[in-house]
Amino acid sequence: MTARLTPEQIERYSRQILVPDLGGTAQMHLREARVLVIGAGGLGSPAAFYLAAAGIGTLGIIDPDHIELSNLQRQILHATKNIGQRKVESAKAILTDLNPDVEIKTYPFRFDASNAAEIAADYHFVVDGSDNFDTKFLVNDIAVRLGIPFSHAGIVRLQGQTMTVVPGKSACYRCLFQAPPPPEEILNCQASGILGAVAGTLGTIQATEAIKYIVRLEDGLLTDRLLVYDAKTLKFREMEVGRNPHCVSCGAAAESK
Amino acid sequence: MSVRVRVPTPLRKYTQGADEVNARGSNIRALVDDLEKQYPGIKERICDDTGKVRRFVNVYVNGDDIRFLQNLETSLKEGDSISIVPAIAGGR
Repeated sequence: MTARLTPEQIERYSRQILVPDLGGTAQMHLREARVLVIGAGGLGSPAAFYLAAAGIGTLGIIDPDHIELSNLQRQILHATKNIGQRKVESAKAILTDLNPDVEIKTYPFRFDASNAAEIAADYHFVVDGSDNFDTKFLVNDIAVRLGIPFSHAGIVRLQGQTMTVVPGKSACYRCLFQAPPPPEEILNCQASGILGAVAGTLGTIQATEAIKYIVRLEDGLLTDRLLVYDAKTLKFREMEVGRNPHCVSCGAAAESK
Repeated sequence: MSVRVRVPTPLRKYTQGADEVNARGSNIRALVDDLEKQYPGIKERICDDTGKVRRFVNVYVNGDDIRFLQNLETSLKEGDSISIVPAIAGGR
């Protein structure tokens, strides 16, 4: 039985406790929740900030990288003085300052096939803030296999896409895109660029979805649809995503494996 | 049929940066061929060499995925809005 919120916690979270769809019950759910953020970068930074601010009980952050100067136009968890440090360490320090209630677990290595299942299994929801297709498809496949909901997002230049996946209920990332592009066709940030605020918008949506799932606001999740954001025209569009019964990740044949 | 086609960031190098273009076609197959006539090189970003839409690209007509319609044979009418949506992942 979880202890009641302290008077300080009630004060800290008062502005969200006041929200009719949230309340004290939501706050208890948040405190009992464990969310994994993959990547302490452009997407992971805003996501981790808002998850910590909201009072998630345990926030896992996995990232193998050290901070570089070119990260700082978007990776707002980190500061100039942190250049050269491990991203997970810098993240832990600043998030703990923001909200000491949150237990931050850091994994200073890459999320990959050798560790993905073991790490993810500890969490209730995963925020995919990764920056490459291999990880995105791995996150999908592991999350589907383990039955862990997650938020997918991808960004480049002035555009972003995001979708939430609830395994067993909604379409997964492979229902949407069966396989990644070949390496020579991939547009990445180093080659193509990204505006920090675009990453911020998408990462914040990812945190919102994680929070909604945790506080049981599941009806309105961004499932079975891909939100496509064009910052240049400030337009959001939704593309339907149907569950693929033959999906190699979540389809009937895959489930029976 | 003249339709509007939204061009995603990775394909804008073929359309001189345009994020929305006009094109003609009675169905998606014809539309892609028309896009190729106007913007050479764009077709192979959308379709593979067997002519099928590539696995990391989806095409939508008025928000509906053509895989749930008639794929490349999905017919178009005047004023339809087509979106080409490829997978993106950002990165370093």
